[in-house]
Amino acid sequence: MTFYEMADPQGVVREPYRPIQRWIEETGLELLRQRSEEAEAIFRRIGITFAVYGEGGDPERLIPFDIIPRVFSAAEWQRLDRGIRQRSQALNAFLYDVYHRGEILRAGLVPEALVYRNSAFLPQMIGFDPPGRVYAHIVGIDIVRVGPDSFHVLEDNCRTPSGVSYMLENREIMMRMFPDLFAGGGVEPVDGYPAALNRTLRELAPPACRGEPTVVVLTPGPFNSAYFEHSYLADQMGVELVEPQDLFVDEGLVWMRTTRGPQRVDVIYKRIDDDFIDPLNFRPDSLLGIPGIFDVYRAGGVTLCSAPGSGIADDKAIYVHVPDMIRFYLGEEPILKNVQTWQCARPEDCAHVLAHLDELVVKEVHGSGGYGMLIGPRATAEERAAYAQRIRANPANFIAQPTLDLSTAPTLTPAGIAPRHVDFRPFCLLGQQIRLVPGGLTRVALREGSLVVNSSQGGGVKDTWVLRG
Amino acid sequence: MLSRTAENLFWMARYLERAESTARLIEMGRRMAMLPGGGLREWQSVIRTTGADAWFAARGAASEAAIIHGLLLDAGNPASVHACLTRARANGRAIRTALTQEMWEALNDGWRRLENLDEQSARRDLPTLLDWVKARAATFRGSAETGMLRHDGYDFLRLGGLIERADMTLRLLNVKYFVLLPETEVVGGGRDHHQWASVLYALSATRAYHHVYKGDYAPWKIADFLLLNPIFPRSVAFCYGQICACLDRLERRYGQRHDCHDTAHDALRRLESQDIAAVIRDGLHETVNQYIARTARLSDQIAAAYHF
Repeated sequence: MTFYEMADPQGVVREPYRPIQRWIEETGLELLRQRSEEAEAIFRRIGITFAVYGEGGDPERLIPFDIIPRVFSAAEWQRLDRGIRQRSQALNAFLYDVYHRGEILRAGLVPEALVYRNSAFLPQMIGFDPPGRVYAHIVGIDIVRVGPDSFHVLEDNCRTPSGVSYMLENREIMMRMFPDLFAGGGVEPVDGYPAALNRTLRELAPPACRGEPTVVVLTPGPFNSAYFEHSYLADQMGVELVEPQDLFVDEGLVWMRTTRGPQRVDVIYKRIDDDFIDPLNFRPDSLLGIPGIFDVYRAGGVTLCSAPGSGIADDKAIYVHVPDMIRFYLGEEPILKNVQTWQCARPEDCAHVLAHLDELVVKEVHGSGGYGMLIGPRATAEERAAYAQRIRANPANFIAQPTLDLSTAPTLTPAGIAPRHVDFRPFCLLGQQIRLVPGGLTRVALREGSLVVNSSQGGGVKDTWVLRG
Repeated sequence: MLSRTAENLFWMARYLERAESTARLIEMGRRMAMLPGGGLREWQSVIRTTGADAWFAARGAASEAAIIHGLLLDAGNPASVHACLTRARANGRAIRTALTQEMWEALNDGWRRLENLDEQSARRDLPTLLDWVKARAATFRGSAETGMLRHDGYDFLRLGGLIERADMTLRLLNVKYFVLLPETEVVGGGRDHHQWASVLYALSATRAYHHVYKGDYAPWKIADFLLLNPIFPRSVAFCYGQICACLDRLERRYGQRHDCHDTAHDALRRLESQDIAAVIRDGLHETVNQYIARTARLSDQIAAAYHF
């Protein structure tokens, strides 16, 4: 039975959604539809375009915005908040560990081959201490809900999680269009995120920095799908948005080209993949890189956020071990559960997966964006047979999970207000301390019955409320 | 300020100014083609002014419809309004953070309007479309004027627009110089009232001209007006005066003087001290060509001085 976040099966509206219910009734469907069109026009005029990391597609596509907010109560958020902080902390402890003594591998909790033979593991990072020992400064954790008290983590994003600009803009537009809805201050604000990000980045200035650190956001450029977000965050923080060709290395430091001549750069919030950052140290064919920047980083001349090599922590094959990480490094029980996962690399798991294809969701280990996956219960017998062939050909490339019955939230559809499946991505910041803005990005599968929330496949976004306690 | 930001501001303003100038030239071409003795020959001078002669020659565009399509809609012609607007927006998008929200909205609003327009509707709605192009440029300039911080970025933006504007006036003079020579000197033929009026029309200068010179059209007065008048905003002298003001502010801000400062001030001194009789004596065409070369050099020197 799907959990509908707004009302119980008898139709009684749950406490957190009462203001929403009242608002829907008072406004009426017709006006809501009209406002929804207005919202879309505003998004288009401002030029907010966006694509979630790795989804591809037209970089200037507009994501559908649903104007009915998704609501968490103060108590629900309190638990999520603790769980998100805990998990982000453990992921960073894991990163420090695998690039130093590898205690968790020696303890036999994570197989060595899974780490050392992983393409996301960067041997160049071994033995290096990044400022503050922080690797993943911004952690985006994808969370789904299956019941009133049941939250599961679907996946971690430790490199460059996108979507936070949508969290901010969705709220901005809602407040602009429906000021009355926010009257009385019942909803926790999210607009502190850019300042919190700025503080996080400044706290981790490199040893060579004297005085106020110069922070920049590094983007691959306007053709990147998340370019709007890069420029938005730079603007909100009041720092320069630089492209690789604006930066160069000289005398062991990183500089940017300005109209007055070179200026020192201390902290780089990089939104470029590790592989491309430095053609001298990584991919020699990269046109995006800044030659020698990694050497400056290792010598303490500049801070890169996130640290190169952070991707080892959000690998889908590593995912299954995160609960163990939490116990191992923090000595705590995980507050947020993982989804049960079968690894086809293990023969017994693989046999189970092949025997239960009609019940499971099967994913490629390195895939993302909802591509290349099989949703067993929705697939035809032929599709399952073809997919089974692929699994047998290369079992290590696949993991499987039960088909989760994601919770639904009220959504404005052509047929009126109806439940649609949602997920949730909060953004946790790690500097000298951990910061978490009460909110995140809710993605919604706009097609009836669909479980795929990715924007490339008919997904939209919602404003996400955390109510004041 | 990042050099790339300065470069994008400079070129964004240039492309937007060029889109607007081209829209005005299309208006002129349309008007001239409707007058006795007009026709394709007038369109040729429009094409030459935009510098797209080779592009059109390669395509053999022979009808008015094809020419309007090439000048307005065809993104393949780098001088077309469509191509200029697209590049101006691409420059702006690359430096979103350097623009105010209103400036960006002016660039972004309806930027795909020309993309899927067919030739028929474009010709039918031509006056509306051209007004729309001019209005966008005006909205952009207006929002920059009232909303943008007066830091170095503002000067780079202004420099791009002013250099393009001076260049466009010079190109028009270069193409039309023969109709502006005194009666005694016969170059080509077909000089008439309409020709003179059309030059002013292309620069939206008709009323301004009458305001300044009162009486009838006289070709040397028109040349004087477009080249040397210090208060007409599209005259070469006015543009250079503003260019020098921008460069001087940058000099004060950065404490550095470059070649571009000398080039601009040298040109301004000449424009301020010459009279039109001397210009015509020395050769109007030669003088115009010299200023075209000087303006191109100035643009290069600015790029070099500020590390574009």
